[in-house]
Amino acid sequence: MIPSRRDFLQTSGWLLVGVGAAAVTGPLTANAQTAGLPRQSAPGATAGPYPDPDFKQLDSWIVIRPDNTATFSVGKTDCGQGTGTAFRQMMADELDIAYDKTTCVMGSTDVTVDQGGSGGSDAIQVDGWPMRRVAAEARRVLLEMASVTFGVPVDQLSVREAVITVTADPSKHVTYGELIGGKRFSVTLTGANIDATTGAAKVKPVQDLKIVGQSPQRYDIPAKVDGSLKWAVDAKLPGMVHARNVKPPVAGATLVSIDESSVRRLPGFIKVVSKGNYVAVVCEREEQAIAAAKQLKVSWQKPTTPPFPASEDLFTYMRSATPTSSQRPNIVGDPDAALAAAVTVVEADYDVPFQGHTAFAPAHAMADPSNGQMTIYSNDMKSYGMRNGVATFLNMPRDRVRVVWMEGPQGYGRTAADDAGFEAAYIAKEIGRPVRVQWMRNEETAWDTKGPAFAVKMRGGLDAQGNLVALEYDARAADYNHVGYNEPETVLIAQLMGVRKATPAAGSAATPSHMYSIPNQRITAHVVGLPMIWETPVRTGNLRDPNGPQSTFAAESFIDEVAAAAKADPAAFRMKLLTASTADDSGFKRARSIAVIKAAVDAYGWDARPSPKPRGAGAGEILTGRGLAYSFRGQTVVAEIAEVEVNRRTGRVWVKRLVCAHDCGLVINPEALRRTIEGGMLHSISRALHEEVQFDTEKVTSVDWTSHPSLTHADTPEKIDVVLVNGDPNPKRPDLPHYGAGETTCKPMIAAVANAIYDATGVRLRRVPFRAARVLAALKEAGV
Amino acid sequence: MSNIALKVNGRSHTVDVEPSTPLLYVLRNDLGLQGPRFGCGLGQCGACAVIINGIATRSCITPVSSVRAEVTTLEGLATGGTLHPLQQAWIDEQVPACGFCQNGQIMTAKALLDKNPHPTDAQIREGLARTLCRCMTYYRVQAAIRRVAKGAA
Repeated sequence: MIPSRRDFLQTSGWLLVGVGAAAVTGPLTANAQTAGLPRQSAPGATAGPYPDPDFKQLDSWIVIRPDNTATFSVGKTDCGQGTGTAFRQMMADELDIAYDKTTCVMGSTDVTVDQGGSGGSDAIQVDGWPMRRVAAEARRVLLEMASVTFGVPVDQLSVREAVITVTADPSKHVTYGELIGGKRFSVTLTGANIDATTGAAKVKPVQDLKIVGQSPQRYDIPAKVDGSLKWAVDAKLPGMVHARNVKPPVAGATLVSIDESSVRRLPGFIKVVSKGNYVAVVCEREEQAIAAAKQLKVSWQKPTTPPFPASEDLFTYMRSATPTSSQRPNIVGDPDAALAAAVTVVEADYDVPFQGHTAFAPAHAMADPSNGQMTIYSNDMKSYGMRNGVATFLNMPRDRVRVVWMEGPQGYGRTAADDAGFEAAYIAKEIGRPVRVQWMRNEETAWDTKGPAFAVKMRGGLDAQGNLVALEYDARAADYNHVGYNEPETVLIAQLMGVRKATPAAGSAATPSHMYSIPNQRITAHVVGLPMIWETPVRTGNLRDPNGPQSTFAAESFIDEVAAAAKADPAAFRMKLLTASTADDSGFKRARSIAVIKAAVDAYGWDARPSPKPRGAGAGEILTGRGLAYSFRGQTVVAEIAEVEVNRRTGRVWVKRLVCAHDCGLVINPEALRRTIEGGMLHSISRALHEEVQFDTEKVTSVDWTSHPSLTHADTPEKIDVVLVNGDPNPKRPDLPHYGAGETTCKPMIAAVANAIYDATGVRLRRVPFRAARVLAALKEAGV
Repeated sequence: MSNIALKVNGRSHTVDVEPSTPLLYVLRNDLGLQGPRFGCGLGQCGACAVIINGIATRSCITPVSSVRAEVTTLEGLATGGTLHPLQQAWIDEQVPACGFCQNGQIMTAKALLDKNPHPTDAQIREGLARTLCRCMTYYRVQAAIRRVAKGAA
């Protein structure tokens, strides 16, 4: 029996006893995911070293206890989408054990195999498979053991909820716990890499899955609402001190000197840690470190040339810059001839600025250098990468470094959590004490990684019947030296200390993701760089489908523009492009694209007509309209409809209603999925309406929630309908795959909002975000 | 440093800190109450909200020496092992994503409902407009508040 939450709370407080990691890290990491585990199963129960758990050992994945409960250890992290709950569902189903008799441990490098942490919305799509296979293998091994116990062949045994029974004689039964509780499986798995890990057992057909497809409540939520969850921000050890960074006041500044006497007499002051252009202050207490970092006198020399153009000049700069790289154009048919012959040619430019993660809690980490090891308590979604990167950065053997993953604020890609982990480890090594580092709000909003800005030019040609016969897409993304995950050169502390990669990362510029059949196309994409690419606050990193929202804003706005030029209903126009061919890919993405658009249109109650909506003479202050957009990511297909109210007097846009039709194949937990989709859509509406990184030619000027606004409760739609679609042509096939969910939802939303604004007003917005002032100016210019 | 007396969640404490220290750091680092969290330090986001005199107060910009009344934190909402109806509604509605902001959402909602047990949708939106969530769970937060408001006598 798994102890209840209440038992757990009574028995495992946040006890700080003894000195050193070994004595305290059991309770330290006893968060909701490890609730009820014996201490030796909790992350961080030993003092090191920390060799890698072997993914080819079944025991690295699954532990079964004498009380007939199981713990699954997986190398993923949960950014708040309920993936841990989904992993338990999938593995419990394959193992044949009740969901509530299981727990899941995630993301700590010394106790869970390296599945890379999170990223790419691939937790269910990719990592779910080895999890299912190893759980199926454990079931197979247990059946073999029972076969020996009872002296009957395996095919004469049945399993239900972790009890194996002799089918012909139900009085003969044995539990998993009785067979192997407290012992090791000692079963070696095979597979060329961790994603391919497998035993001899096969996974179950979809029809035999009983827990998958249900919606058990997320196990992490109770501790998040009663205040008992211990997050990475709460990590605390005896003797721990606090550090705050002192960032260069302008990008590219060089440190000239530090006047330590300006803070030496402050209460709690311990040390200024500095190397190259990196500066941090360490104090006994948190508020002391904040005060000292503010007061420290540092003199800096500004760079001789501006590190970047001002954000108001960004798109002009991007359009005239020489690309650092260009993708080979993807050409279909003869676009030049088709455009020359077209009856109507439509052209449009679309601009999306840099947009930030702006994590709700600024970047943070705590590092403990006890016992000659380095343990980092971090919410970084790629804890394994951080472990490797820190080992290289500090020149320590890998097995002396571990990262204990704990929950943190939303992270949808490469956040500054990477940076804070390296900083905490560096300072901890310097001063020989556990150190907690946290960035301040202005530091986070200015210096976290940004989604790249995009400038896209599109052209389309219609024939006399209003068919789209040619399409050109030409994108420029400001993404040169795109920051990867956790290599030492990618973190600010290393860059500020002068570490450089010999070859900066090329970056990337996305192209449209749709299944339209268009006979003549030219799709091109280029990357451009800002003048300064190191030590810069305007650095790009993955942000929730790194480039999809930008490219899809352009592509799906443009399809709407072309539909309007053809005087066609935007949904019917898209359907025509999807049904113009019968060719499909192996995942039936074209058929499923049709299915989601149909489902969205039905759920919304779409009235077929061209945009914009005819406006009667008596139209008042509020204009309403609806917009559709669609896209895919991997094999996940999504169509979204936004209904907006546009205030003619103020320019304010309110997305009043949302519909999302979403096909990600086999759904593991429908309710958790619905919430993930809702959150993804609203995040994208925040990007559509509010978010923009602004800067002058020296520094980022959008630095808090006033200068960098975000969606609020007041903006929330009054109705959201999520339709979970299974558009597979053979929807009941036993091998229906589970595709990824999360980021796909973010791709079409900005375009859906722009299309809805056009439907309401007849005014096309081609520059994100659609803040009230920009909308009002556009309405005035158009005389609306 | 000076000794400052505080009553939090029914218990009295004395802490030896600078009087200007924000209440947030005293709660988190001296009293071990980590429900309130640092989000901005500017009073803009609500992550640090606690209730003082019935008002959802931003503890990151409240000097500890200015606190004259009892402080209630997220840890203090449950009574006798029973969750506050808002906390239960948060579970029933499966509100949190990452959950980091939910302290602010719940504490602000509590202050709102204590004053106005049956708010309109517009009053909920207005009452929580300054309490941010970057996972954008607003739709479910509002649904959970309506759940409690409907159930309230």
